[in-house]
Amino acid sequence: MRTEIHITEEQLQLLLNSLWDLYGYDLNNYSKASLTRRVTRLMALDRFPSFAELLYKVKSDKHYLKHLIEEITVNVTEMFRDPPFYKALRNLVLPEIASKPFIRIWHAGCATGEEVFSMAILLHECNLLNKSLLYATDINPDVVEKAKKGIFPISQMKEYSENYMASGGTGDFSQYYTAKYDHVIFNKSLRERMIYSTHNLVSDSSFNEFQLVICRNVLIYFDKDLQSRVFELFDNSIEQLGYLALGAKETLKFSGIYPKYKQVEKEKIWRKEK
Amino acid sequence: MAQGEIGISKLVLIGGSAGSLEALLDIVSNLDSAMQIPIILVLHRKSSSDSLLSDLLSTKTKIAVKEIEDKEKVQAAHIYVAPGDYHILFEADGTVALDDSEKVNYSRPSIDVAFESAAEIYGASLCCMLLSGANSDGTNGLRYVKERKGVAIAQAPQAAEVAFMPQNAIDNRVVDYVLDNKEIANYLNRLNAEKA
Repeated sequence: MRTEIHITEEQLQLLLNSLWDLYGYDLNNYSKASLTRRVTRLMALDRFPSFAELLYKVKSDKHYLKHLIEEITVNVTEMFRDPPFYKALRNLVLPEIASKPFIRIWHAGCATGEEVFSMAILLHECNLLNKSLLYATDINPDVVEKAKKGIFPISQMKEYSENYMASGGTGDFSQYYTAKYDHVIFNKSLRERMIYSTHNLVSDSSFNEFQLVICRNVLIYFDKDLQSRVFELFDNSIEQLGYLALGAKETLKFSGIYPKYKQVEKEKIWRKEK
Repeated sequence: MAQGEIGISKLVLIGGSAGSLEALLDIVSNLDSAMQIPIILVLHRKSSSDSLLSDLLSTKTKIAVKEIEDKEKVQAAHIYVAPGDYHILFEADGTVALDDSEKVNYSRPSIDVAFESAAEIYGASLCCMLLSGANSDGTNGLRYVKERKGVAIAQAPQAAEVAFMPQNAIDNRVVDYVLDNKEIANYLNRLNAEKA
């Protein structure tokens, strides 16, 4: 039987205040339900006997911070997750931006990079990779470092390969990586078109203009205020006739920028038309 | 809580896995169409069947059935279906939040995750029910629901197509009532009548 310590709303607020005061991390507009669950989970993982001990650790050990941020934000991702989405990118979006002399794509909240590599493979198969740059950012420095390496467990490749084929992949998925022991490393030709960096959607601003911004399953962790601020940030980062792609259960519909955008068929992809 | 007494449930969650669909259709078809208490269904299944499930349930009841969306406020007189491939969490302002973190008990949505998060917010005004399934998901959730003074109900194992899931909760002594499909519908109808 589990004996989990569930933290209270007040305790969560104490933790958030400390993260802000001591380290400048503002998680106040993150979903409280998600944070409560993640902190409860972290306390079980790291075996804290009480909330007070967690708070003490946070206040007294600045090296613990990175681990804490990585664990209380969600970094679950996979390659070609939701294959119909990638099929839509391949068939409806890439042909529209193919004529650009140069293609810039931003993966906001890239976690460990699986979606970035999926995108690079897609671009390669559409003969666009050599004129594309994939900017990939995340709030967590450690996951960005992981993503950069392009090393993934070999145990996932069967599932990813199936996703790839379901998304309309035209080649043999295994041509994109080299297996070594229990891991695979993805080809340098994919990695060299990627630029990784930390970026905080709460506090950092727009840093370029893109033909496509992809931010899937990140906004669900934000409250409505933060969601609308991030939509503004994306709008400022998408050029005319560029695209914004969201997760399967996210929508632009209730945001202030909605009137400027048109949904691409029934996909979670919107095109900036005004 | 004394036997037979019904709490003041503001929210009902029903968790189910293998074999729970038939039971749900049966329960839903016996619900009072004036049901005010919102009911949220958390089912293990393939994500592609979301709208199918809502459509199927709609054929059995006059109560509005819809898939619940991220940041949506839980409203009276609705049956909601939690979407596939996301956990569902509950916020203090009455809205829900979706979450795509790791599977729990090999499941997303996980019934434990939904029950625990709802118990956090709704405490004694929550009622959670566990139907047929081959997985132990839901037992820990019901334990926490009870800890927070909510009501925990298991489908009678003999009425369940796959008895393991409700039986596991019963064996772990985290259940207030064990009811068959008809009794579950009656319980909800009574809850609604007393609330009115």
